[in-house]
Amino acid sequence: MARLIPILIAIGPLWLLWIAFTGSTDPQELGVGLVAAILVAIVAGGEPFSTATFRIFHPRRFLYALAYVPYLAWAIVRSNLDVARRVLSPSLPINPGIVRVRTRLTSPVGRTVLANSITLTPGTLTVDICDDELCIHWVDVQSENIDEATREIVSGFEKYLEVIFG
Amino acid sequence: MVDLLLDLALSLAAGAALLAVYRLLMGPGAASRAVAMDVLSLIIMPMMAGYALYSGRMIYLDVALVYGILSFLGVTSLARYADKGV
Amino acid sequence: MGAQQIIGAAVTLLGTAFLFLGALGIVRMPDLYNRMQAGTKATTLGNLLTLLGLGILQPAWLVKLALIALFVLVTNPISSHALARAAYRSGVPLADVTVRDEYPEALQEHGEA
Repeated sequence: MARLIPILIAIGPLWLLWIAFTGSTDPQELGVGLVAAILVAIVAGGEPFSTATFRIFHPRRFLYALAYVPYLAWAIVRSNLDVARRVLSPSLPINPGIVRVRTRLTSPVGRTVLANSITLTPGTLTVDICDDELCIHWVDVQSENIDEATREIVSGFEKYLEVIFG
Repeated sequence: MVDLLLDLALSLAAGAALLAVYRLLMGPGAASRAVAMDVLSLIIMPMMAGYALYSGRMIYLDVALVYGILSFLGVTSLARYADKGV
Repeated sequence: MGAQQIIGAAVTLLGTAFLFLGALGIVRMPDLYNRMQAGTKATTLGNLLTLLGLGILQPAWLVKLALIALFVLVTNPISSHALARAAYRSGVPLADVTVRDEYPEALQEHGEA
């Protein structure tokens, strides 16, 4: 039963996604969509759809999640400009390396979102997660100390994600 | 004005695709080619969306989406193969 | 015609400029990891801006274009992460200019090497 709940929860969003993609309310389309949603939910419905994840609809978490979107967008734009500057300058000013950073997040979904956010902002690329440490390829290594690197790369995102998934 | 801007955009996208093809042909190594392929598909997706607008047929947006899904699956399974074997 | 069309075309042009920069990045950068930095992520923003510009040109398609953009935003970090990890583990070397590589230590400490 405990394994059934995430599968049942997954069906709803998957069906909604199907409807958004097909953009039709024809009963046949809806029926096929429901069958497809159930099949996908059985194959893939797991951790991300556990009830714990849905605490995100708590008002405070939800507000932080809303605020996270423009924060991430701004981080993406800023660092894209930075990479553009590096690519365009004739001397190719890079100083790359793989550094370790620590995260305080404990939930697997939270860690996944953190890793993806780090990857989405150019200049930093998550190579691997080992327990509470992330290995990050950094185009311009500014600090080899784990705490400083953590402050530089992770802390900005973590401030939001800690509330959202904490 | 609008046509000029869109022509410029198309030439930039085509130039980007050429650069990605250069890396795809030159390598070195399978992993670099996989990266080039990933980038190439990311360039082709918005070009397909642009073609949908140009031809006025929304169906090409679905084509772009399916192309993106296939390329994602391809790159991910290639990575998995390189990582652990099939 | 009008301001909306010009803004849409300008945003599209900006997006393709980022696509071009990303592609230039994978040609210029010295090793696979740096190529990935420039390549897969400058193209993400390029992709999003191009789709947004097309959406401004044709507002009726905005929902569908937003779904494609969401798809790119979700899948792109996953595939580049998987590719980087697989490349490192199958022995693709880092460039000579690399200043530091702490990944082997981390693997050792966490017993995954």
